[in-house]
Order: sequence, then structure tokens, then C-alpha cells
Amino acid sequence: MSAQDRWIHTPPRKSATFDDAAIAEIRRAAATGIYDIRGAGAKRKLPHFDDLLFLGASISRYPLEGYREKCATDVVIGARFAKKPIHLKIPITIAGMSFGALSGPAKEALGRGASAVGTSTTTGDGGMTPEERGHSDLLVYQVLPSRYGMNPDDLRKADAIEVVVGQGAKPGGGGMLLGQKITERVAGMRRLPVGIDQRSACRHPDWTGPDDLEIKIQELREITDWQIPIYVKVGASRPYYDIALAVKSGADAIVLDGMQGGTAATQDVFIENVGLPTMCAIPPAVKALQDLGMHRKVQLIVSGGIRNGADVAKCLALGADAVAIGTAALIALGDNDPALEAEYQKLGTTAGAYDDWHEGRDPAGITTQDPLLAARLDPVVAGRKLANYLSVMTLEAQTIARACGKSHVHNLEPEDLVALTMESAAMARVPLAGTNWIPGSNI
Amino acid sequence: MPSVDLASSPLRELNSALHALTDNTNATHWTVSNPRGQHNIAVGLDFPVEIEIDGHVGYYCAGMNKQARVTVRGNAGQGIAENMMSGRVHVTGDASQAAGASGNGGLLVIDGNASARCGISMKGIDIVVKGSVGHLSAFMAQAGKLVVLGDAGEALGDSIYEAQLFVRGTVASLGADCVEKPLKDEHKVELKKLLDDAGVEGVSPDEFKRYGSARKLYHFHIDNVGSY
Ligand SMILES: Cc1cc2nc3c(=O)[nH]c(=O)nc-3n(C[C@H](O)[C@H](O)[C@H](O)COP(=O)(O)O)c2cc1C
Repeated sequence: MSAQDRWIHTPPRKSATFDDAAIAEIRRAAATGIYDIRGAGAKRKLPHFDDLLFLGASISRYPLEGYREKCATDVVIGARFAKKPIHLKIPITIAGMSFGALSGPAKEALGRGASAVGTSTTTGDGGMTPEERGHSDLLVYQVLPSRYGMNPDDLRKADAIEVVVGQGAKPGGGGMLLGQKITERVAGMRRLPVGIDQRSACRHPDWTGPDDLEIKIQELREITDWQIPIYVKVGASRPYYDIALAVKSGADAIVLDGMQGGTAATQDVFIENVGLPTMCAIPPAVKALQDLGMHRKVQLIVSGGIRNGADVAKCLALGADAVAIGTAALIALGDNDPALEAEYQKLGTTAGAYDDWHEGRDPAGITTQDPLLAARLDPVVAGRKLANYLSVMTLEAQTIARACGKSHVHNLEPEDLVALTMESAAMARVPLAGTNWIPGSNI
Repeated sequence: MPSVDLASSPLRELNSALHALTDNTNATHWTVSNPRGQHNIAVGLDFPVEIEIDGHVGYYCAGMNKQARVTVRGNAGQGIAENMMSGRVHVTGDASQAAGASGNGGLLVIDGNASARCGISMKGIDIVVKGSVGHLSAFMAQAGKLVVLGDAGEALGDSIYEAQLFVRGTVASLGADCVEKPLKDEHKVELKKLLDDAGVEGVSPDEFKRYGSARKLYHFHIDNVGSY
């Protein structure tokens, strides 16, 4: 290239608007004629718990002794109406993930891991399997819009019921399970033809709105003789009103799932563009409970992008009673393990990025219905890993709580937190670090 | 023969007594008076008991029923016999929305009309409506049979899977992926049996048209996107 040419041709410049990912997606859509469907949660950068810090104790607050002074972690869920509330030893539960999306051994491993540390697991779209009932000491049974696998016998076997209104990955969206995963067993449980692409409804077939929901909850209570708690799960969209309406409808507990929350299979455009980030959904939810005098009486379980004990502690400090994990639990079982890199490469991806969970070809044997792949997951070993991980998260949350001088993780409070960015200060409603300023607080 | 007056005794007592029935009981025939539109009457039963309810009921009467035979002498609110597994539910009047929603088995008979979304998400239940049904009936219906002696409202069988629909009167419109199908002898035999079970007399299976899935939406294809 001559000196002259260099002045005529500007160096190649990529557009910030039409970046590589945007261009690749246009090409993919043009070539295939179908929107991108994938598993996992929002991948874009969002304001999240990393933007919050704990202050810790000093002269004005004193800490608890790290190894000697007790910092309790137990949670009781559902004492509002249920005769048999759920007693959890740790404030971390396993979120609802369907058999169908997950393999039988994966469900068993979740049950083993959770039970080992005294917490609950949750069924999902498609019903309850004997594997998961058998291996879960505490099992929450989901009642979903599709009602796939809905069965009163299983309802009576459950330790709690969760009426699913929405999920954080897709508030307002229905379920989806592609043909590859509708094997004979899955199809039989759901009463569908084998191998079809399952569409499922986004609204419940027999109720709409809070007045109906109240009657629906009463029906579930009557069927189960008022014994077990009834949760309501919502995706984060209008948390203040949704939580208030769930309380009004008679929920014992509420699961609030933010937009980072994982899914088995949803349109990428939905995952990345609909709903509120988890962090900013908690304060309005807690405010709704407080305004109704129901904070700590109706428990708030938060999910969506929770990874470690610090995230747990931050959720609790903002006012949640417990958290739920999906994606992190799958990773603990062995999902996206770099040891399987060669196989991920064959699927055109890499460990840490694999999200085509809907295709059922998971080399880790977790998000699959292929019996050979599923057999790769040893439920005892995987369950042990999950138990380890849950214990570590709990210890981490306790470490932070003790440093803040709390004898129970529930004693953490917004006053213990500051925010690193103006966005997170406004969203979490805690002061910007080093200031007294909560943006928007006096508007 | 126990009789329960819901004007004076709470619903909770009735439902818990019905849940407590065991094999050696003599209380196999119950009458319930003054339901006064209460919701959730006789839900979650799992015993071959006969229950007659004298009057109108609210939402979800006989919800998730197994084995029991429940008769409502009056009208029924939303979601009558929702998610029924087995047994039989009979409404002598009209039924509101979502009758028999997501039912897995058993027979639901409605002597009058049923409102919108009758048989929505049905998964094996059989439903016989002697009058007409409202819009979006048999929406996403997966399995079982819906028989309508009168007319069907708009978007019948929208996004239907393998359920079979039989309508004697007119259909305002068919929903996405629902088409008319030939009424063959084997269908007439099944239909005749259902009409007999529902106590319908003087009506021949030949008077019905059959509807079911075109199965075009079973695998996503961009050229069908207008149907979604
Ligand atoms: C594989 C998979 C399957 C899921 N299936 C269901 C389901 O059947 N019902 C439901 O309410 N949520 C379902 N979810 C969402 C989880 O319950 C939960 O809201 C979410 O995973 C929490 O966010 P996290 O993954 O970031 O922890 C699923 C999530 C995953 C990852």
C-alpha cells in the first residue's frame, strides 16, 4: 500500500451499533428463518449484585467472632396459612426445573444435593418424577399454565405448591420444549405426541387476574387440606403491584425471578429484552410487603443470576427471606465443565458458553433426554458437588453477616450496603458508596 | 346417606369429610344443599362416592376429581371439573368458562351451554355439552373428546394437538391448525358410546362433524408464522 493509498482508504472500522454479534444474528435469521432459541439467562451486562458492597463493622457497629459466635441461617417458609410450613436449614433453595429440560439423573442429583444440606428442590413444567420425589426431602410442586403432568396424587405428595405465573427469563411468555427432547417418557407424562415441538400457554387455562388467583389458591388449599404452603412465582416486571396482588390472593410465599434467571429454552430476544434485573426488583417487592404489613410473614424468595454467598447475603440484606438457584446448581452438577471442552467444540461452542440446552445434546448429561448422555451423570457424585457448593455459599453468606455483626443472616439490612454506581444506588435504593445519596429517594 | 347444608356448615368441613372417606364407609351417597355459588365445593376427591349438589356452584367445583360422581343441579362457575382424572361430573344447567380445563380423564356432561374455553388444554377428559360452547373452546386441547350438540363459538380448537372435537351445529370459526376431518365409522362408534354415557337420546352420530389437528404447527416452520 502506497503512502497515497493510506490517505484515500480509512482503516476498517466496525460499527458499535452493528457489532459482530448483531451482524451474526442478522445472517443467522436470514439463513434459517427462525428466531434464536436457547437456554440460560440474559448474557448482556446488567446492573447486578457486583455493584453493591457491604460496609462491615467497626467502632459504630461491632462484628461477631468468625468461628465461635453463632450466625443462624434457618428459614421457615409458609407459616401464614399452612399447617406444615417448610423448614429450611439454609436460605438457598433449588429453583423449578422441569424433568424434560433436565435428565432423570440430574433431577436425582438436585434432590440428593439439596437434601444433604437441608433445603428444598422444585419440580417444573411436565410434572413430578419418582426419582425426584424419592431423593428430595423437601419438594415443591409447580402448578404451571400448561398443566403438563399435573396430577392431584402428586399434589398431595408435595411438601409445598408453587403456582407459576411467570419466569424472569420470559415474563409473559409460555413454555417451550423442542422435539428433540420430547421422548416417549416425556411425551407420556405431558400427554403429547412424541417428537413434536411442544408449545405451552403463557396464561393459566382456568384463571386470569388476582381475584381468580385467590380462588385458585383456595382450591389448592382445599385439595391439600390446608396442610402445605402455597407459593406464587412471578417474573420481575411490576414487582410492587405483582407482589401486593399475590399477597392479596393468599400466597404464603412469593418467588420473584429477575431477568438474569435461567430458562430451559426461550427466544433470545425475549431473554435479553424483557423484564427487570434481579437487583432492582427486590426493593419494590419488599416495599409492597412492608406496606401491607406482610414482610417476614409472607416470605420472599429471590432468584435470577445468584452465584455465590455474597449474592445471597445481598438479596437477604435487601429484604428477601431466601434465594433460589437454577443455572448455578446446574454448573455445580457439572454443566459447562472445561473437562468436556473437546465435546463442546464439536457442538460449535466452548465450555462456559454452551447454552443450546433445548437441543438435548448436553455432553454433561444434564440438559438432555438421551439415555446415553444422561447416563454420564453420576447422581451421587453430582449431588455431593451440589451439596458442597450450597455449603460454601452458606458459609460465605455467614462470613459477611458476622462481619456486619448479625447473629442471623436475616438481620442483614439495606443499611449494611452501599452501591458502586449511580445506577445500582438508584435501583437497590442504597447510598452511593461514600455518600448519603440515594438517587431518586426524595422524589 | 349424609346430607350437608352449606348454609350452616363450612365448606372446609364438607371437603375434609369427603377426603377422609375410606373403603369401609357406608357414606357413599351425599347430598349437599344451599351451595349458594360457593367456590371449590367437592374438590380433590379420590373415592367412588356419589355427590348431589342442589343449587348453583362457584369456581372449580369437583376440581381434580378422581373416581367420584358429582351432580350439580344448577349452574356451575368457572373451571368445573378442572384437571379431572376420572369419575363423572354432571351439570344440569349451564357452565361458565374453562369447563373441564386440562382434564386428564373421566366424563363431564353439561346439559346446558358452556361458556368460553370449554375443554381448554384438555388432556384425555371426555366432555359432552348438550347446548353450545363459547369461543376458544378446546384451545391447545391435547387428548380426549369434546362433543357439542349445539354450536361452537369462534376459534374452535385453536392450536389443537390430538383431541377430537365433534360438533352438531355450526362452528363460528376454526382456530389455528384446526381442520374438519372425515367422520369415519370408528369415530361414530366412539361418539355413540359417549352420547349414550351422557344420556343423550334421539341424536345420531351422523349429525356431527369431526374436527382435529392439521398438525402443521407440530414442528416450527417460518412459513406458518402467520398461524401463531
Ligand atoms: C434448565 C432450566 C429449566 C427451567 N425450568 C423451569 C420450569 O419448569 N418452571 C419454572 O418456573 N422455572 C423454570 N426455570 C427457571 C428457574 O426456576 C429459575 O427461575 C431460574 O433458573 C433462576 O435463575 P438462575 O438460573 O440464574 O439461578 C428453569 C431454568 C432452567 C435453567
